Amino acid sequence: MLRFIVRRLLQLIPILLGLSLLLFAWLRALPGGPAQAALGERATPAKIAEYNETFGLNESIVVQYLKFLGRAVQLDFGTSTRTGRPVLDEFLDRFPGTIELTVAALVFAIVIGIPLGYVAARRHGGVVDNTAIIASLLGVTIPVFFLAYLLRLLFAVQLGWLPGSGRQDVRIDATHITNFYVLDGLLTREFDASWDAVLHLVLPGIALGTIPLAIIVRITRAAVLDVVNEDYVRTANAKGLSTSVVRRRHVVRNALLPVSTTIGLQTGLLLSGAVLTETVFAFGGVGSALRQAISDRDYSLLQGFILILAVVYVLVNLLVDISYGLLDPRVRTR
Amino acid sequence: MTGTSGSPVLEVDDLAVQFTRRGEQPTRAVDGVSFSVAPGETIGLVGESGCGKSVTSLAIMGLLPQRGVQVTGSVRLDGTELLGAGPRTLRTLRGKDMAMVFQDPLSSLNPTVTVGTQVTEVLAEHRDMTGRAAQDEATELLDRVGIPDPRRRLGEYPHQLSGGMRQRALIAMALACSPRLLIADEPTTALDVTIQAQILELLRELVQGSGTALVMITHDLGVVAGLCDRVHVMYAGRVIETADRRPLFATPRHPYTGGLLGSVPRLDTGRGTPLTPIRGSARDTIPWSQGCAFAPRCDNAEDDCLTEVSGSTVPLEADGLRRELRCRHPLHATPAAAGAPAGATAASSAGASAGSPSTGSSSWSSSEGQQS
Amino acid sequence: MTVTTPRPGAGRRDRIDELAARAGQLSDGDGGESLLRSAVRRLRRNPVAILGAVIVVAFLLVALFAPLLAPRDPYAQSLLSEVRQGSIPGSRDGYLLGVDQLGRDVLSRLLYGSRQSLLIGVVSTVLGAVLGMALGILAGGLGGKVDTVVMRFVDILLSIPGLLMAISISVLLGASQLSLMIAIAVTQVPVFARLLRGSMLVQRDSDYALAARALGVRRRRIVFGHVLPNSLSPVIVQATLSLATAIIEAAALSFLGLGDPDISRPEWGAMLASAQSVLSIRPELAIYPALCIIVVALGFTLLGEALREALDPKFRR
Repeated sequence: MLRFIVRRLLQLIPILLGLSLLLFAWLRALPGGPAQAALGERATPAKIAEYNETFGLNESIVVQYLKFLGRAVQLDFGTSTRTGRPVLDEFLDRFPGTIELTVAALVFAIVIGIPLGYVAARRHGGVVDNTAIIASLLGVTIPVFFLAYLLRLLFAVQLGWLPGSGRQDVRIDATHITNFYVLDGLLTREFDASWDAVLHLVLPGIALGTIPLAIIVRITRAAVLDVVNEDYVRTANAKGLSTSVVRRRHVVRNALLPVSTTIGLQTGLLLSGAVLTETVFAFGGVGSALRQAISDRDYSLLQGFILILAVVYVLVNLLVDISYGLLDPRVRTR
Repeated sequence: MTGTSGSPVLEVDDLAVQFTRRGEQPTRAVDGVSFSVAPGETIGLVGESGCGKSVTSLAIMGLLPQRGVQVTGSVRLDGTELLGAGPRTLRTLRGKDMAMVFQDPLSSLNPTVTVGTQVTEVLAEHRDMTGRAAQDEATELLDRVGIPDPRRRLGEYPHQLSGGMRQRALIAMALACSPRLLIADEPTTALDVTIQAQILELLRELVQGSGTALVMITHDLGVVAGLCDRVHVMYAGRVIETADRRPLFATPRHPYTGGLLGSVPRLDTGRGTPLTPIRGSARDTIPWSQGCAFAPRCDNAEDDCLTEVSGSTVPLEADGLRRELRCRHPLHATPAAAGAPAGATAASSAGASAGSPSTGSSSWSSSEGQQS
Repeated sequence: MTVTTPRPGAGRRDRIDELAARAGQLSDGDGGESLLRSAVRRLRRNPVAILGAVIVVAFLLVALFAPLLAPRDPYAQSLLSEVRQGSIPGSRDGYLLGVDQLGRDVLSRLLYGSRQSLLIGVVSTVLGAVLGMALGILAGGLGGKVDTVVMRFVDILLSIPGLLMAISISVLLGASQLSLMIAIAVTQVPVFARLLRGSMLVQRDSDYALAARALGVRRRRIVFGHVLPNSLSPVIVQATLSLATAIIEAAALSFLGLGDPDISRPEWGAMLASAQSVLSIRPELAIYPALCIIVVALGFTLLGEALREALDPKFRR
């Protein structure tokens, strides 16, 4: 198992190097190059020349890449053109929000998806099954931002049941320690602030969770259908075990293996920026910052964010791989 | 040892299984099968794949899916009717009074649960044993089926065991509650030849010691020769010949049985003697309603084989061999004549043929006189 | 409907490889009937496939005959004088689905929009598939060092989440319809490459390819004559599903302001994006194009799933 993890970590190195090279090339290839990217569109030629001098942009491309890589390794991703703050700081300010939103979306998707997928499989061909299939197909074909707008329009604007923008009511003067708003409220014992933050997660969480929900339903259903036809389930029945033991120990335990992998993969995707959902709900996470950076042409922020998010994505996928090994004895005890 | 004294453990009477798929013609996988097994007796259900032998076993165990399957006839375990019994009743019987060992030991074991748990869960379900007691009993069981270092094996997962070990573990689970009936569905097919013999020997020992009735489902005549007292040869869902082992091997009456025996290379015939395989494959069959299902592949077939009645059973009691046959033009028209193409030699040679495990003639004689 | 359940290993990589391996079992023994014919036979019996095909064909016909079907000029704005200042024009006589913020006939724009969506879907999928397959053939056909290098590159592309990748490329190329299509295509490249390569590896190790090699058939002949044709079925399935993804993704990029800057051109994604600002007053302006996207994406998805089922050996009988 340890060797498996080490091997996986080693395999990461070329991927991370390639990733940095791609994003380095990306910034270079932008119209105007890195100087304009950093200084903005209205930079004078003199300023650009000065910038190029200070940041060594007149050196050979190899040296430049190595310097870029060196800075990236030290977590220096440059500064945002718009705010002038370090990209890393901008990222760290917003990432907790995205994590909270990801958790909300996953909770929604898992709590509904796994039971629904299970019931659909057990009632194979029945009404629940067909409804689940159709719903999950709709879930993957409906444009996320459209769904987000509909939810917001209906439940926030028209009905006013839930907040439809931001991470917390602006009137709440909450103390922020970790930038996880829900957690902060608990830490400072401002429970109403926590609760308000939770309410702000509901609609974006549902919007963001729809695609994972659809996928989890389908995978769970398929996995259960696969497992109930396995020989070992027949063996369990031949042993006269009670239905609940057969279900719990022999069906669900095995069916959840592929489901957990799917959940892991979805986590990676959700964390990498819910650009569309966060934009609709003006949710102050990484995604809405990316959207803002696109319209502001804040290229250094875009570069830094995309690099960090891709690394997060790769790392989460690695964790999924490893945890699969922990869950499945066939991999674990190999 | 004779277990014949009591009433039969299992009586199967006119069992039929019909599969109905939406938009398709219903198919009869099993069609009027009857047999019984006495305590301590071992019977063989023999036939090619698809002849309905596995479906028969699943029907007895009540393990066929509910939907699209129709089971009729009667299956009695110690006099209790199983067909029509509720799922709850069946669950209490399965694993306790009747148990089953399957073909592929790897896929038949849950890969994510330890061997120990898979043994103790039977004990917990039927014998109310948990914790330490169950662990000890499980160790004992694994030891009995010949798994070395059983205590350690309890904590391992199926993939860590060898094929033979897995099958032994499955047998341990099946025997955990000393069932009255054990059904073994091709228990050696997925194993290496040397392991096959060991597993068969194990089954024979375990069954002999306990008076458990054993139904052996196989396509391997060597298994039958080594293990079974009585043999039922199945074809296309029906039993086409029933006989005690010895007479069956000596003078197979049904051309199909003869063909099965003739398809096996034997050591005791000359090197130049050609094998006599059965023509075609199990797919070349006609419905029993139109005659004998085997007729398209049969060398003895004549026109009257293609009438409805040709599929009916012909009892053959005259020679005192308790045989039943479903054929109009059998081999060995007179039981004494032995000029038929195949299978005209003694059972012992069939048992020794083709690397199939032979368990020695001493064990056969012990069961030989049983039912007469 | 089938879903391949991921088993050992986890990443997107492994999922793709598994799909390839599953489809790779295809050529293994079948009772004589040709692969294609049995697939078509099963497709025609599958109601899901029929529904998908009907949607797709209807969509193609609409796109083809949009000029004949559209009641009005999709670019023409009704005279501003007819629209009172500040009011939002709604339905009026002769405008079946009403007019949009600029007084253009919504129905006509929807009908014409099918052409743009079809164009975006087809161009980006074909582009992605061709580039991806080229990489796949290179890796799967040559093997060895080439395989390692190409696959490393593909893995790097796979390590960037799709939408982020599309965003970076759109930003790089500037907002235009072409860059939109390229951006979507690039996100598909690694998927096709890995899929085809995986499927080719299975075929290359299959008995018939070994037999051909043993007979001294040249490698190029084996790769292009045997291995490649037998490896294509997962690619075909993926391409069908990609058409759906491309159309949805195009809408997302439009929404992010990375779509076609020429907003007068009728395109569903752009229509949907521009309708967001008036969603609470005129929700139907967003709902119509959204429904079009959903239905067409559904059509391609259903067809793709049915194709996968038809080509999957697990479901053959």
